[in-house]
Amino acid sequence: MSTPAIEILGLTKDFPVGFWRKRMRRSLDNLTFQVEEGEVFGFLGPNGAGKTTTMKLLMGLIFPTSGTARVRGRSIDDVQMHREIGYLPEQPYFYDYLTARELLDYYARFSNYSKAERRERVGRFLERVGLAAAGNVQLRKFSKGMLQRAGIAQAILHDPAVVILDEPMSGLDPVGRREVRDIILDLKKQGRTVFFSTHILSDAEMLCDRVAVLAGGKLQGVGAPGEIVSMKAHAMEILFEAREGRALPAALAKNATRIGGRCRVEVPEEALYGALEQLRNCEARILSVSPVHPTLEDYFFRLVGSPATSRGLEEISR
Amino acid sequence: MSHLSQTRALWAALAGVPLLFAAIAALQMKIDAGTRAYMEENEELLLRSGSAVRKMSLGYDSLLADLYWTRAVQYYGSRAGFANAKFGLLWPLLDIATTLDPKLIVAYRFGAIFLSEPSPAGAGRPDLAVELVKRGIAENPDDWNLNGDLGFLYYWWMRDYPNSAAAYLQGSKNPKAPSWLKIMAARVAEKGGSLDTSRMIWSEIYQSTQDKKIRDRAMEMLRGLKAREDETELDELAQAYKNRFGHFPDSTKAMLDAGMLRAIPVDPAGYPYVFGPDGKSSLVPISPVVIPPDLKAPPEVSK
Amino acid sequence: MNATVGPVAINTFREAVRDRVLYNLVLFALLMIGAAILVGEISIGIERLVIINLGLSAISIFGLVMAIFIGVGLVYKEIEKRTLYSLLAKPIRRWQFLVGKFAGLLLTLGVNTIFMTLGLAAALVYVGGHFVRSDASILVAIYFILLEFALVTALAMFFSCFSSPMLSTLFTLGIYITGVFADDIHGIGEFTKNPAVLAITRTLYYLVPNFHNFNAIDTVAHGGAIPFSLVWQNTLYAALYIALLLVAGSAVFSGRNLK
Repeated sequence: MSTPAIEILGLTKDFPVGFWRKRMRRSLDNLTFQVEEGEVFGFLGPNGAGKTTTMKLLMGLIFPTSGTARVRGRSIDDVQMHREIGYLPEQPYFYDYLTARELLDYYARFSNYSKAERRERVGRFLERVGLAAAGNVQLRKFSKGMLQRAGIAQAILHDPAVVILDEPMSGLDPVGRREVRDIILDLKKQGRTVFFSTHILSDAEMLCDRVAVLAGGKLQGVGAPGEIVSMKAHAMEILFEAREGRALPAALAKNATRIGGRCRVEVPEEALYGALEQLRNCEARILSVSPVHPTLEDYFFRLVGSPATSRGLEEISR
Repeated sequence: MSHLSQTRALWAALAGVPLLFAAIAALQMKIDAGTRAYMEENEELLLRSGSAVRKMSLGYDSLLADLYWTRAVQYYGSRAGFANAKFGLLWPLLDIATTLDPKLIVAYRFGAIFLSEPSPAGAGRPDLAVELVKRGIAENPDDWNLNGDLGFLYYWWMRDYPNSAAAYLQGSKNPKAPSWLKIMAARVAEKGGSLDTSRMIWSEIYQSTQDKKIRDRAMEMLRGLKAREDETELDELAQAYKNRFGHFPDSTKAMLDAGMLRAIPVDPAGYPYVFGPDGKSSLVPISPVVIPPDLKAPPEVSK
Repeated sequence: MNATVGPVAINTFREAVRDRVLYNLVLFALLMIGAAILVGEISIGIERLVIINLGLSAISIFGLVMAIFIGVGLVYKEIEKRTLYSLLAKPIRRWQFLVGKFAGLLLTLGVNTIFMTLGLAAALVYVGGHFVRSDASILVAIYFILLEFALVTALAMFFSCFSSPMLSTLFTLGIYITGVFADDIHGIGEFTKNPAVLAITRTLYYLVPNFHNFNAIDTVAHGGAIPFSLVWQNTLYAALYIALLLVAGSAVFSGRNLK
């Protein structure tokens, strides 16, 4: 079995909070999972779950309270390991007095390229992320979407084996998101490992081989998107039009939602025929009957619960 | 901002800003006029101590020295020429400048002349001038000009001929010093306060400096000395005239007619001399030449 | 190591240039031009003295202000603006980043000083007509000023590793002023003969960087020469102290959790 691309072993991170910084807030609690080589791995969770914290720990921007991690077998303490990683921080900020071309060239200098090679790469990757026309514009004039693309470019410019992206879709319009999706798939085709965090669950479902779900600093589940959501029983969705003047049966009416002239109701699979019968009795016009596919989102919300608890704050007093 | 409100704002600024500046300038003039009288009487220097200023200079001593020197020169220049001019701050300013930069020779030399001159030409404190120059010599033993200045001060203001001769002698020991220092030492020791010696001293001062104010002063002195000399000569001739004609001449023309003079003598400013009823010549009142009052008859000191 | 320190240094220089920091040269030029033209009015005979005093003092002051104000933001700004995140993702160690920033600011100051030196030379020629032999010591005085810049930059950057620009400025200025007065403080201690005061002032004297060592403006303005022993001693002193600050700064910065 080959070395996993990323191994996270019992990573724990406490932050001091409060005015005197005496209390500790545990933002990551004993996180353990792996990302295999060559897979596209999604890292999901609500805001404040600890996704960015995990990535910053991997990149050596902050240091773990306990636990460790390895990338391609090398410890996160080893700075040379960074040669094999590309990183896009959340909300990337770059030196706004540089142009896109200069920024990429600057970062490229930390890898051992000849001048010609560097120039070629910078041009190629600007093209790849769709910034070729804006190559000589100063970054301070860039829109958020353009900055995001520049960030992706600098993350993949040196052909790293592992690409770590923190919220790569944020700030992008649908066209941009499609482009990023394409890049991620392209990277996968090249055999690279992509580890990215997002809260756009449909993206995760579409792109990822596996996902990990984080909430309140704790790992809630790891596996293929299909595995994670297969726990929910199927339901059926009925679309119908209610007849003027005829009231719906109470039970149905309670669960139905009305949009314009149409109504929609979900019933468990076993109750389908009974519901259809009731609707026919009140002369409703059936439009369609289709199964409801459970989504990651449902799993997500069920798992994470109400917004208040989804913050996941757990204080450990000292 | 909408286009209209921006245009309005611009017009308001165009009109208002110059007006306000004019008002501020007018107010400043009024303030200056009001404080001028106050400041005339209370000349103030915030820090009078050279060492205190040095402490605050953060290492930029030399530059501050130049600033204080500049201030001293302007202080003098703005007051010189007025009838009741007083120069109370000249000493502290020069003191601070030379404390900050002990090698600022020009300051010592300026002080030598203008600290010692009495009002309205100077501060009238030859003692402070001597102190300043002595300090200058201690810090710059190689500068024979300062020895010359010290010699001058003792000679001219203190009438202290032994110390004067000693100062000139000290200066003459410097291998780079010109020979006149030695000559001066000898003459002062020998002849004391004679017109000749005085003229030589002022002459050397004139030639040894590039400071315009000092040169002007020296030139004034030299002209006064020349006038004094002329007057002495004319007085002698007048006496001879009286012996011949029985009465003093009433003008130099009379002496010219009598064949005693080849031409009408004029003072260094070009004005003719006149005679009083007692037969003593003097300068015309409108002549700018001034005979230094205390040199009307410098006492001859016997060895 | 040049592959990491070098790019950081050049980029720091580039940032300063694009921040229009070098425009201070315009101010300096105006100052020297004004001085050169007006100095004749002050008093004849000391034009060169005044130009040298003014020029060197201006070089010193302008540069110190730059060293402090840019220095205290060197690390702080990168952390606040998060530009550091993507940089540290590259194979660069934190201390290499520090050395690079230091070198970059020093380069900026060096370039700035070169231009100012040229301006000073021009002003000197204007008032004096030609150079004299002793003018070479002006270059030594400028070298000392550069050493001062390096020390102050290292100081400011050290504080930048862990405190905000406002505090860092205060600390750096405080230490600089103490360092300028170091020998006065020492003297006071010796004078009082109180053992407690003596202990404090002595410790302070050896602890704080003694900036008065580097001040040769007075000597040079009057055409004096600077002994060679002072040159290498000052260089060594500066190098040691800077090394100290960089090592301490690296230690602090390397363990810091970036927000």
